[in-house]
Amino acid sequence: MNQLNFPIISLVTFFPIFGVLILLMIDKESEDVLRGTAVAFSVIEFFLSLPLIFYFNDATHQMQFVELIPWIKSFGINYYLGIDGISLWLVILTTFLTPICVLCSWTYIQKYVKEYMICLLLLETAMLGALVSLDMILFYVFWELMLIPMYLLIGVWGGKERIYAAVKFFIYTAAGSVFMLLSIIFLYYYNYKVTGVYTFSILELYKLNIPVSVQFWLCLAFFVSFAIKVPMFPLHTWLPDAHVQAPTAGSVILAGVLLKMGTYGFLRFAMPLFPYATHQFMPVIATLAVIGIVYGALVAMVQPDMKKLVAYSSVSHLGYVMLGLFALNMQGVEGGIYQMLNHGISTGALFLIVGMIYERRHTRMIKDFGGIAKVMPVFATFFMIATLSSVAVPGTNGFVGEFMILVGAFRSFPIFAVVAASGAILGALYMLWMYQRVMFCPLDKPENEKLKDLNAREIITLLPLAVLVFVMGFFPGLFLRKMDATVSYFLKDFNTRYEAYAQQQQQPTIGDRIAAVMQIKDNKNITVE
Amino acid sequence: MEMLEFVVPALNVKAILPQAILSLTALTVLLVGVSSPHNKKTSSLGYLSLVGVVVALISTLMINGARESAYNGMVLMDGFSSFITLIVCIVTLLTILSSINYQRFFPRLNCGEYYCLLLFAAVGMSFMGSAGNLLMIFLALETMSISIYVLAGFKSDEAQSIESAMKYFLLGAFASGFLLFGFALVYGCTGTMDLVKISAFLTAHPEVIHSKMLMGGVALMTVGFGFKVAMFPFHMWTPDVYEGAPTSITGFMATGVKAAAFAALLRVFFVALGHLQADWTGIMWLLAFLTMTIGNVVALSQTNIKRMLAYSSIAHAGYLLVGFVAGSKLGQSGILFYLLSYAFTNLGAFGVIALLGRDGGEYTSLDDFAGLGFKYPLMGLAMAVFMFSMAGIPPASGFMGKFYLFSSAMKAGFIWLAIFGVINSVISLYYYLRVVVVMYFKEVERDVVMPKPSAAVVVGLVIAAIGVLQMGIFPSYFWDMARQSVQAMLM
Repeated sequence: MNQLNFPIISLVTFFPIFGVLILLMIDKESEDVLRGTAVAFSVIEFFLSLPLIFYFNDATHQMQFVELIPWIKSFGINYYLGIDGISLWLVILTTFLTPICVLCSWTYIQKYVKEYMICLLLLETAMLGALVSLDMILFYVFWELMLIPMYLLIGVWGGKERIYAAVKFFIYTAAGSVFMLLSIIFLYYYNYKVTGVYTFSILELYKLNIPVSVQFWLCLAFFVSFAIKVPMFPLHTWLPDAHVQAPTAGSVILAGVLLKMGTYGFLRFAMPLFPYATHQFMPVIATLAVIGIVYGALVAMVQPDMKKLVAYSSVSHLGYVMLGLFALNMQGVEGGIYQMLNHGISTGALFLIVGMIYERRHTRMIKDFGGIAKVMPVFATFFMIATLSSVAVPGTNGFVGEFMILVGAFRSFPIFAVVAASGAILGALYMLWMYQRVMFCPLDKPENEKLKDLNAREIITLLPLAVLVFVMGFFPGLFLRKMDATVSYFLKDFNTRYEAYAQQQQQPTIGDRIAAVMQIKDNKNITVE
Repeated sequence: MEMLEFVVPALNVKAILPQAILSLTALTVLLVGVSSPHNKKTSSLGYLSLVGVVVALISTLMINGARESAYNGMVLMDGFSSFITLIVCIVTLLTILSSINYQRFFPRLNCGEYYCLLLFAAVGMSFMGSAGNLLMIFLALETMSISIYVLAGFKSDEAQSIESAMKYFLLGAFASGFLLFGFALVYGCTGTMDLVKISAFLTAHPEVIHSKMLMGGVALMTVGFGFKVAMFPFHMWTPDVYEGAPTSITGFMATGVKAAAFAALLRVFFVALGHLQADWTGIMWLLAFLTMTIGNVVALSQTNIKRMLAYSSIAHAGYLLVGFVAGSKLGQSGILFYLLSYAFTNLGAFGVIALLGRDGGEYTSLDDFAGLGFKYPLMGLAMAVFMFSMAGIPPASGFMGKFYLFSSAMKAGFIWLAIFGVINSVISLYYYLRVVVVMYFKEVERDVVMPKPSAAVVVGLVIAAIGVLQMGIFPSYFWDMARQSVQAMLM
């Protein structure tokens, strides 16, 4: 279904590439022109993506704005794009965060400005492509494509240990995804064997009935790939390195969108493709999610480095998302999606804030600060808003997401929900403690006395995020309404298919098996006679 | 007394048109080279050979699709041979373009013999793809190999180059011996050298299939071909030879020889010895696994980029063998596609390395690339594209190639081989990324000044980069071509 009869998704996806082409033509010496062009393109890109919201039909679960063109005919690979209630907001989040990333790098990035902007725009295309692809190979291409610009962002413009962090990021993620690729190919041939059609279309592959024993392994490959990206405990170790070394914009994109690719992958691919195996994995994932929540929070608490603290808080927050998704009920899943958006906004804002103070002081150590609120009141306000959102205080977006997740989780696995709720308390502890040490303690370091408050550009960068914190906190209905139909269909479909698998799996008891073996023997005897 | 019948073979020019053009060009270049004064600072010889290759390429594309068997089955012309000739022509084209720049640093290379040998090697390679007879395969193989032995030692004032040529020649001669002995045993079993007739004989006499003599023949042939494609355990020569040879020739060896040897391997094993497929699959599975693993693991610790790419070339032979093990039409087309993709990628990479030459020496240590990515943005970008392609990261062609090879293995049920294949891809990521790391993430340590590249090599790199991206983003054109050429293989 394409209500616009216009390839709007392609336009949105590839518009940044157009920006790249323009940037290539600009002289690398005129850095402000480069920055301005990149800002212009990313802002236009954001406005181009807005019609997706306005024309989105929230009454249907079907894919919208669909585009379908054969790509590699002999393999049945298509250029197949579409958006539903799950991907809509993530697409908007991506187009929303990119201009902010470009803006926040205005003075932060001083070398190779041209290449930097090109990387950011390329990354935007890759992320959008992965979010809107409905063909698994197309998805995989975009999924891997995301790695290259991010790898360069960390490796070229990152901190001291950037090379280690960049290579670790690349290899970790790529290692996870190659097994997913094999899984995809297996599904493809299996589908051919069953239906006689060569297709990588995710919507067709949903319909497959996959034998449970195979399903387990296929699902595992997908899970590992996405769990690395999320990242779930214990596969999270690349994240703190990557976050700490990446430039601010890299961290914002990484936290805001790239990590969501993992959770989105679970929701779009792994769970609906393998309902039975997902059900089998449910306790494992929920356990790991809860461990992630508590562990992330505890580790965050003892970090001396602000950026590392925020990075570990990401592990904790994404644990919530996973817990919500795997609660597999309306509140849990919607809360999970909502929390993905929240995390993009609150953690994005926190990384921006850390980046801004780092630009002034060239340190991120909490002990180097204290009393900053006195010299930088505007900064303190924004920092407070982001902190409260991250802590999930009622009235902010974080509260809505976390509350829905806990309600959903409580319905599915009450004990986990109780433990997870403790994560919320720990979250308040480490965030507020950091805020206190940085902003309130006595202003005893002479270097801190002359810090300048935020300038207009920085305020413009943070303002949209701060506004959204409250909009999403007070009017969650605006956002949830668009995903209701999709999520409820997702759950209905998931449950019916799970039931079907479960019935097939009416496991023969041991008695039955023995009887079956006996029968074979009997038959043999008969034939011998 | 019975008269020996002597039949003059009808001259079927069409069947050997590209090779004939290449041979004529080779001779012309040789003559022109002799008549023109030595050490002239022009590249007319290079451009002359270029014209010949382009004409051969066009003629290949024009006769693509014709099917016939000429010279009493000695030469088979079918889609398969056309595709191999296409690869060979592209390989030669890119090599010449890179050589035209490279010879500025090593004027010794600017002579008729160099280009003549290059073109004759190409003739040999392309005949390996169209040979329909074991004898013809041997002749083609020797034409190719002898030219390349000389080319590897062309920098005759450098000990390393001589060592490279000597090593390659001695071991290559042994390998040829094994191959010839293998052919002899097969001939002894079946009484014919003709590939199609061998297959027919084996169909008619199934009892021969498992005779020890035929098995021995197959084993010896595997050794011979395995040497040429750098398959484990016959790969030991690769790093030394690749490192010592002139850089422009290293790329040629890595891609052209591999393509030709795989072409002959496919024809012999699938056309003539298709009945034995079940017997060789097991051992080839193991060899494929070991070849890619050893290539990749050893490449991890290399600091010289030519050696690193030598080990990577071993690993790529392993990936190609995955398609060979799969054995299906899909696997064979995957091999063809991958060979072409590898040709673009590898020649591009060696083209970039050859750019960093200087009078009488080369910069081939990885550290020499430090900071070059930003200093020479286009060169850096091209190199990055080639490295990502070798590592199999989309949207470069290497991804599509691996996708085809591994999916053919999955389809044929070799799931573990595909799993080992992707694990190897991940291992290889580390050293391919290292090139990107030094190019972009490291500061300039030593000031490596790159002389302004000549127009020829720029064209060559652009062709290679476009080839890589075209095959990666819109693979249908070449994929369909590869598929049809395997379908059209004369059986």
